[in-house]
Amino acid sequence: MSATAASNLIVEGLNKSYKVNGGEVIALQGIDLSIREGEFVSIVGSSGCGKSTLLRIIAGLENGYSGEVRIAGRRIAGPGLDRGMVFQEHRLIPWLTVEQNVAFGLNGLENGQRDTIVREHLELVGLAGFAKALPHQLSGGMAQRVAIARSLVNNPQLLLLDEPFGALDALTKIQLQQEILRIWEVERTTMVLVTHDIDEAIFLGDRVVIMSSRPGTVKKIIPVQLPRPRDRSSYDFVQIRKEIYAEFFAEAERPFAYAI
Amino acid sequence: MDHDIIPRLQRIKHLLQYIGLSVAIIGVWQALFYLGYLNPVLLPPPSQIALTFWDLLKSGDLIRHIGISVLRVLEGFGIAAVLGLGLGIAIGLSRTIDRWTDLVIQVGKPIPPIAWIPLAILWFGIGEQSKVYIIFLGAFFPIIINTIDGIRQTDHKFVEVARILAVPRFKFVRQVVLPGALPAIMTGLRVGLMVAWMCVVAAELIAASSGIGYLIMDARQLSQSDVVLVGMITIGVIGKVMDSLIKLLENRLIRWKVAFSGN
Repeated sequence: MSATAASNLIVEGLNKSYKVNGGEVIALQGIDLSIREGEFVSIVGSSGCGKSTLLRIIAGLENGYSGEVRIAGRRIAGPGLDRGMVFQEHRLIPWLTVEQNVAFGLNGLENGQRDTIVREHLELVGLAGFAKALPHQLSGGMAQRVAIARSLVNNPQLLLLDEPFGALDALTKIQLQQEILRIWEVERTTMVLVTHDIDEAIFLGDRVVIMSSRPGTVKKIIPVQLPRPRDRSSYDFVQIRKEIYAEFFAEAERPFAYAI
Repeated sequence: MDHDIIPRLQRIKHLLQYIGLSVAIIGVWQALFYLGYLNPVLLPPPSQIALTFWDLLKSGDLIRHIGISVLRVLEGFGIAAVLGLGLGIAIGLSRTIDRWTDLVIQVGKPIPPIAWIPLAILWFGIGEQSKVYIIFLGAFFPIIINTIDGIRQTDHKFVEVARILAVPRFKFVRQVVLPGALPAIMTGLRVGLMVAWMCVVAAELIAASSGIGYLIMDARQLSQSDVVLVGMITIGVIGKVMDSLIKLLENRLIRWKVAFSGN
C-alpha cells in the first residue's frame, strides 16, 4: 500500500489561534500530517501544545482555523459520521442506561437492527452483561469502554482518541490499551490518539508524532516498526522511548545539569 | 437479630433529632403559660390551640376551609405549571423566543403577586377567578425561570458528543436536555407550589368569604387568637406535606442523580 495514494486523513498548513484578553495566542502553526487508511498514529506533546485542539479540528468541533483538513480527499465541514471521537472523560449521559448510551448515536434504524448493533458493540468492548446499568454504577475503565462502543456504532473510518486513558489507573490503562489494539485489529479503523504518555504512544502507534509547545508545531515523526504485541521493556522499545524523551527534555533538563 | 438493633436505634435517633426542636418549642411554650408568663388572649398555649383545632375539625369548618384553599391552589398552580413549563421549554431552546420575552419576564418577576390584588379584584371581582389569578402569578415565575435555567445548564460536553454522533435535535432535546433540566424543573415546581400556597392565604386575607386565610382574618376580627394560630399552623403543615409529596415525585424521577445530601 503506497502511503500517498491511500492517504485517508490529510492535514495541510493548519494554523489556529485564539484571542485571549485582546491578544492572540497561536495554538497550532503550520501543521502538516498525512495519515494512511487503517493506520494507528499517536500524537504526543506536553500539555498546552495544541494536540487536543488539532484533534478537535479534525473532529469538526472547532472553527476559525486556516489550512485544510481532508478525509478521503474531501475537505471537512463540521462533524460527520465518518469520524468518531472518544474524550478523556467518558461523557456518558448519566440518566441513560449503558445500552441507551451506546444507541445514542444510532439514528434512523429499526428497533431490531439498532438493538443488534448495540449488542454487538457491547460484546466488542466486553460489557455484554451491563446493558441495563447506569453510568454511575460503572468503574472508570468500564465507562470508557462504553464510550468506545458508542463511538464505533456508526462504523467511522477514523476514530479520534483524546487522551482516552488519561484519567484511569495504571492497570486499567494497560488493559484498555490492549483492548483498543484488539478493536483496531478487528475493525481496521484509522486511529489517531492524542496522549501525554510516551509509553502509551509507542505501545499503540505505527508512528509517533511529537509536537512542540507554543506555538504547537509538528516537531518530529518517529516510526515504530515493532511487531505487536509490543513488549514495553524490550531493547527496541526502550530505544524509541529514549529518542522521544530526548526530544522533550533536551532543553528542559540542561539547566539541572548545571545546577548539580 | 442483633445486628439489626444498631440501625434501628440509629433510625430512632434520627427521628428524635427531626422532631426534637418542634417538641421543645411546644414544651417551653406550654411551660411559660403554666408559669403565668403568657397572656392567653394574646398568645394561647398549645393545649388550648389543640382543643380549638379539635373543635374546628369536628364541626367540619376547618376541613371545608382547607378544601377550598387547596382547590384554589391546585387550579392556579396547575395553570402556572402548564404555561410555565411550556413557555420555559420554548424559551430555553430558542434564543429568538428568549429575546422576545425576556424583558417582560424580568420586569414581571419582581412584582409581588399581592400587588396584583387591587387589579385582580377590579378585573375578576372577589370571586374565585381573582384568587386563582393571584396564585397563578405567584407560581408562574419560579416555574418558568427554573425551567429556562435548567435547559440552559445542559452540559456543553454532551452537546459535543451529540454533534459528533449527528444526533437529531429532537432526540437530543428528549434524551439529554429535558432529563438534564429535570432537577431544576422540579425545584421550580416546588418553589412555585410554596409561593402558590402563600399567595392563596394572602389573597383570602384580603377578599374572601371562605378558605384558610379567611378563617384567620375572621378570627382576628373576633380576637380569637387560638383560631388564628390553628389557621397558621395548618398552613405550615399543609405546605410541608405538599413539599414532601413533590420531593417524593422528584426522587422517583431522578434516580440517576447521586447528589450531596449533607453529613
